Amino acid sequence: MLSKRNPQLNKHGELVHLLSIEGLPQAIIHQILDTAGTFLSVNDREVKKVPLLRGKSVFNLFFENSTRTRTTFEIAAKRLSADVLNLDIARSSTAKGETLLDTVANLSAMHADMFVVRHSESGAPYLIAQHCAPHVHVVNAGDGRHAHPTQGLLDMYTIRHFKKDFRNLTVAIVGDIVHSRVARSDIHALNILGVPEIRAVGPKTLVPGDLKDMGVRVCHDMAEGVRDADVIIMLRLQNERMSGAMLPSAGEFFKNFGLTPEKLALAKPDAIVMHPGPINRGVEIASTVADGAQSVILPQVTFGIAVRMAVMSILAGNEA
Amino acid sequence: MKILIKGGRLIDPASGLDRIGDLAIANGRIVGLGDVGEFSAERVIEAGGLVVAPGLVDLAARLREPGHEHEGMLESELAAAAAGGVTSLVCPPDTDPVLDEPGLVEMLKFRARKLSRCRLFPLGALTTHLSGESLTEMAELTEAGCIGFSQADQPIRDTLVLARALLYAATYDYTVWLRPLDAYLSGGVAASGAVATRLGLSGEPVTAETVALHTIFELMRSTGARVHLCRISSAAGVALVRAAKQEGLKVTADVSINSLHLSDVDIGYFNPAMRLNPPLRQGRDRDALRAGLADGTLDALVSDHMPVAPDEKNVPFAEATPGATGLELLLSLALRWGQDSGLSMAQSLGVVTAAPVRVLGSALGSLGASAGRLVEGGVADVCVFDPAASWAVTPERLSSQGKHTPFAYEISGFELPAQVRYTVVAGHMAFEAAAAR
Repeated sequence: MLSKRNPQLNKHGELVHLLSIEGLPQAIIHQILDTAGTFLSVNDREVKKVPLLRGKSVFNLFFENSTRTRTTFEIAAKRLSADVLNLDIARSSTAKGETLLDTVANLSAMHADMFVVRHSESGAPYLIAQHCAPHVHVVNAGDGRHAHPTQGLLDMYTIRHFKKDFRNLTVAIVGDIVHSRVARSDIHALNILGVPEIRAVGPKTLVPGDLKDMGVRVCHDMAEGVRDADVIIMLRLQNERMSGAMLPSAGEFFKNFGLTPEKLALAKPDAIVMHPGPINRGVEIASTVADGAQSVILPQVTFGIAVRMAVMSILAGNEA
Repeated sequence: MKILIKGGRLIDPASGLDRIGDLAIANGRIVGLGDVGEFSAERVIEAGGLVVAPGLVDLAARLREPGHEHEGMLESELAAAAAGGVTSLVCPPDTDPVLDEPGLVEMLKFRARKLSRCRLFPLGALTTHLSGESLTEMAELTEAGCIGFSQADQPIRDTLVLARALLYAATYDYTVWLRPLDAYLSGGVAASGAVATRLGLSGEPVTAETVALHTIFELMRSTGARVHLCRISSAAGVALVRAAKQEGLKVTADVSINSLHLSDVDIGYFNPAMRLNPPLRQGRDRDALRAGLADGTLDALVSDHMPVAPDEKNVPFAEATPGATGLELLLSLALRWGQDSGLSMAQSLGVVTAAPVRVLGSALGSLGASAGRLVEGGVADVCVFDPAASWAVTPERLSSQGKHTPFAYEISGFELPAQVRYTVVAGHMAFEAAAAR
């Protein structure tokens, strides 16, 4: 088979699309995080705008509903002075009606400069990146179970902010890993950044054994999973896991894998608790932990805007 | 028409014949093989440097007819068969409508015969509408021309229906063609494993195949049915088939060109050309399939031909219609497997000629004695190819309306061995390569 260049990098190795964290050089990740740091101060200013994307059009293409992620991308683009168009496109699973590529071709013809794409199928942003006009940049805002790279990057920003160095950390990711694009993006990023111990914690139905090929230690016991951890990332548990016979009940899940003060006490005393949101209180995380001193869930949201500004400004500066 | 093919390398896998010689054809039959002597032919083909082999027999090719008549699908796909040196093919019943009534089968056979490019052997539906609930009129369908009964890719959920279907078919010794697939464990878009996990694609576990195989073998023991297993995809599946054959069950099996040469790693960045059914499994599965085909555990190699329109492939991976074009690649990929495995050309050709005819057995009637073989007095279904030529698979080189294949040059970056020059079906010239004219 032909060796295919990573489709998100140009021939100079610069980022032209952000599709996945997998395969990104460490230097690009640090560049994004450093750039995000400079934007954090913008967010604290009276006039929260910089002119980096002035005259550019950013299209939010959400084939799957998400108010929260779309809003953060919208804020980020507006703070960069871009024109933002939000398109909520009900995803049609049949070939009837307009196809995904027809939609993209039409929007390209409207002189879009950047597509922020969320889609329920893994890999959809790759298809769009392969077929859009060469000047258009694609940002994956979550595709199926595959990737949510800006969430992964904001998680890395958060960890770097609180822990400074990645190279001596133990990070536990707990919950529904098999269905989680956030977990996959975090795992790739943590590996690239040199985290020596990444644990994937949950029951066997949600944490498959072949995750170890992604460079994680698989744990099916919560106490073992969080013991001496520096960072605990809790994932949202979807209700459909119960109907799909993956779990008997939310209650049993919480009892065994929910993060309570007692479980958190097994981690390092200065461990931080993260969650991509929205949280299910009493399902994967106890309220006392979510609102507790070790929780950095709200700073994650703040950092998320700066990280998305960084991604969009870097992409806009690179040519395919 | 009398045809004389002169000075070619005659290879007949069934008899082990492999020598330079002539082949004479008259009245649709092979009338001279080897040293032909005086023979006045209307058409003489100089075959120096070419291989003269039996026409290929493909046990799994979808022509999408009935269903796609308006696209001229039967014409183009039978032309593709001829261009690929395929002179007989078996088509599954998952057409639209399903091949569950004698009239549909007769019409399909009639239309194929009129095109006279390739012999067509339809499989009838095992259950009406393939719904897995009630049995089709198997005896009527057999009279109409069906050579066996199949559920295509739609497993029967109700084990009692499967047991009765096997028992009823066993009454007449009809072969039941089953893709071993558990109705509940199937449905993933890629094989379970590290690649599917990393890409976030839903997985189809090996147990979807092995659970079904255990069920099928148990029911074969109790019913005495004869079963052909379609497109084994896993190392564990190969091992179960091997054990079943050793036990003496009346079972045969095939593997697709895709599973034989590729693995899930080839999915790359969600390439929809790799969306296949069965899904591509791991490298160790591919290795076991290759070994199983070489040692005869798997009887035949099939193209698993499925023409898919561009609109059905230019969508996200999971939404893409599974399947790839294959009829024109079968010969090349059989030879490539043989070369990789250190087999003789006769052995490589055997899995696409004599072996599939043995699978078809008595269902072929009088054809069974000579199809897939070069026999004096037998039917003149012949494939003449240049073993030294190689070719790049590009859309414009394919006669099929299906242009998607994992072996497309732009994906694989390699050329395939051997080019078909002439295909003779029942003594007619069904295909001549443009360069050969």
